[in-house]
Amino acid sequence: MLGRLTLDALPFYSWVAMGGAGVTVGGGLLVFCLITYLRAWKVLWTDWLTSVDHKKIGIMYVVLALVMLVRGFVDALMMRAQQAFALNSEGYLPPEHFEQIFSSHGTIMIFFVAMPFLTGLINIIVPQQIGARDVAFPFLNSASLWMTAAGAGLVLISLVIGKFSQAGWTGYPPYSGIEYSPGVGVDYWIWALAVSGVGSTLSGINFIVTIVKNRCPGMTLMRMPMFTWTTLCISILMTFAFPALTVVAAQLALDRILGFHFFTNGDGGNMMMYANLLWIWGHPEVYILILPAFGIFSEVVATFSHKRLFGYQSLVYATACIAILSFTVWLHHFFTMGASSNVNAVFGIATMIIAVPTGVKIFDWLFTMYRGRIEFHPSMVFTIGFMVTFVIGGVTGVLLALPPADYLMHNSTFLVAHFHNMLIPGALFGYFAGMNYWFPKAFGFKLDEKWGIRSFWFWIIGFYLAFMPLYVLGFMGMSRRMEHYADPNWQPYLIVAALGAVCVLIGIVCIAVQLYVSVKTWGSARDVTGDPWNGRTLEWATSSPPAPYNFAVLPEVRDIDAFHDQKILGLAYLPAERYEDIVMPKNTMLGPVLGALAFALGFAMVWQIWWLAALCLILSLVGVGIRACNDDTEFVLPAAEVERIETERLAQITPADLHDMREYAPRGAASGAVLTGRA
Amino acid sequence: MTHFEDRSLATYLTGFALAIVLTAIPFALVWGGLLTGPAVYAVIAVAAVVQVLVHLVFFLHIDLRSTPVENLFFLAFAAVLLFIMVGGSLWIMFDLHHRMM
Repeated sequence: MLGRLTLDALPFYSWVAMGGAGVTVGGGLLVFCLITYLRAWKVLWTDWLTSVDHKKIGIMYVVLALVMLVRGFVDALMMRAQQAFALNSEGYLPPEHFEQIFSSHGTIMIFFVAMPFLTGLINIIVPQQIGARDVAFPFLNSASLWMTAAGAGLVLISLVIGKFSQAGWTGYPPYSGIEYSPGVGVDYWIWALAVSGVGSTLSGINFIVTIVKNRCPGMTLMRMPMFTWTTLCISILMTFAFPALTVVAAQLALDRILGFHFFTNGDGGNMMMYANLLWIWGHPEVYILILPAFGIFSEVVATFSHKRLFGYQSLVYATACIAILSFTVWLHHFFTMGASSNVNAVFGIATMIIAVPTGVKIFDWLFTMYRGRIEFHPSMVFTIGFMVTFVIGGVTGVLLALPPADYLMHNSTFLVAHFHNMLIPGALFGYFAGMNYWFPKAFGFKLDEKWGIRSFWFWIIGFYLAFMPLYVLGFMGMSRRMEHYADPNWQPYLIVAALGAVCVLIGIVCIAVQLYVSVKTWGSARDVTGDPWNGRTLEWATSSPPAPYNFAVLPEVRDIDAFHDQKILGLAYLPAERYEDIVMPKNTMLGPVLGALAFALGFAMVWQIWWLAALCLILSLVGVGIRACNDDTEFVLPAAEVERIETERLAQITPADLHDMREYAPRGAASGAVLTGRA
Repeated sequence: MTHFEDRSLATYLTGFALAIVLTAIPFALVWGGLLTGPAVYAVIAVAAVVQVLVHLVFFLHIDLRSTPVENLFFLAFAAVLLFIMVGGSLWIMFDLHHRMM
């Protein structure tokens, strides 16, 4: 009846496991009680959970990412604490526990922090940047969100019922096979990835179609803002790369459940095929995480330097180059696993070539700042911190791209330092910059800048303290994932690294304080115009927060910096001559229902409760079938209502709120002319 | 039933029949032991690729005349990526095989 699930699955075997379970259950109960106390269940359900509005879906993605960031960071803190003490001793974590922690840290940070964070920002902003009223498939968008949430739920519940994988976030067989990992840990990992992977693939498809089909008049491809360009590129990467992950997870599941021999030692299995397929997904994935952050940096650097973005076309081509090259380098993740020198050389050279378009981008951002009037807003500060720090990571990456050097560095803490050096400044700082930059757009008031700057300093100092020692330790021969060690020379470095982690902890607390302070004083930081930073792209043309339909009248674009152009020509904030009825998608409960079914399906597959798995699968198909037969999924927002919302918004804006655009206007004979981009 | 729907149904049925035949061939070969060695893999691979084309033409109605250029562009791009992924995998795995013998 309950498959493998028995009372032994509860974490009464160790204090650490019980602590983790207690925090998870306690946190869940606290949220439950808080919502009940605020009597917010109905509002939460009708306005948020069942919403198909891309802005609300985006906000929910970001909330999920921030919650999971805290969970993943606690893992990091525990690892740093363990390694700081574990010289010739067991430390406080037994090996099997330490292994679960590094596995869940990687899995959570990639799949349930970075992915939802970037998908959330894309959801909130991209439809507005291209002057669209919604994404192409609003319901699919909701389904994607709830698939991702279901995967995150599976990782969280593994703390309470059963154990998580001990095979690292990459889950290499044969160790992750049934022979060496007979427990449920690897199954949790497989199904969390599979379920959230479906969500990511669907998101990718949704945004390709949105950007290709839903652009407003005049928005040619070469007039799209950089963030939209990077989104288009990573949507294509997601659509093409994630199937490889789905396939490899399915194959591993077949090995484990049905006794197949794709990746086993004997019977014709070949575990190298696993490494090959995983990294066919895994390397594009790195660029899926980092390219949207590059897009954010491009927007931020232009806005806060008060200049047009330097080298727009070169940035577009660099982005496209990186996207395609990202499919040609995957072998560099396993140089040492037996490929011949010719194969290694080809992939090593391809890897080094990626540094070229990335370098082009860095120069473009620097030239954008050159002779600009730089405003040190937190998002700009994160951007500058990124540029300085990311270059170090890039250089160590080129070093690792040399196969002979990689033979020395492979699986050492040098590698750990390298990829954290890419992903923390490269991806996470970008998302934080985006959060500080677009928060007023999503909520209608600005984030507190003082606490934003403080969070930046703690994050960047913490980052350097935590990871520069790991580079050194790599040279000293320390391999990654060590539960304890015998070399006393390593310990001082590991203590510094642990202090760095504490510093990052303070950075996270600063972000929490920033959110708290901003919400408390929101009335004084309201964004009436919808354009708090004198922005350049179309998302600043809508109100903050935007009306459900974003644009009452679809804008006409004549320039790369469309909204900047409108403001100069005095075309912004004008009432329309005539408003039209707007067709809007209706909210639906099917999104959260599908998410719940996916969660139950994953849980049933982990514990091999076959009847429940079959039931969930059938119910999901029935749900999708009902939705497909339902023609009543839209409603009409009458023109009178649109007019009322728009008039109310424009009445709030006083001339004093508007930015002075006189100094931006082109001077001389060409006055009034704008740079039109390429049609 | 209009002429268009009629033609469409016929296309779907043709596609379906072709897909079944192309699935049956590899099964028959392996089950019946009609071929052995590398030839089996070659036939299975060819049948699979042809089946992909059958799906594109008969089910998704893609042809070089009436399909919008963007869609063809995306298909071509997919083909390039497939070439990189499959070709690269074969190269890597056979290279490994060679060195592990």
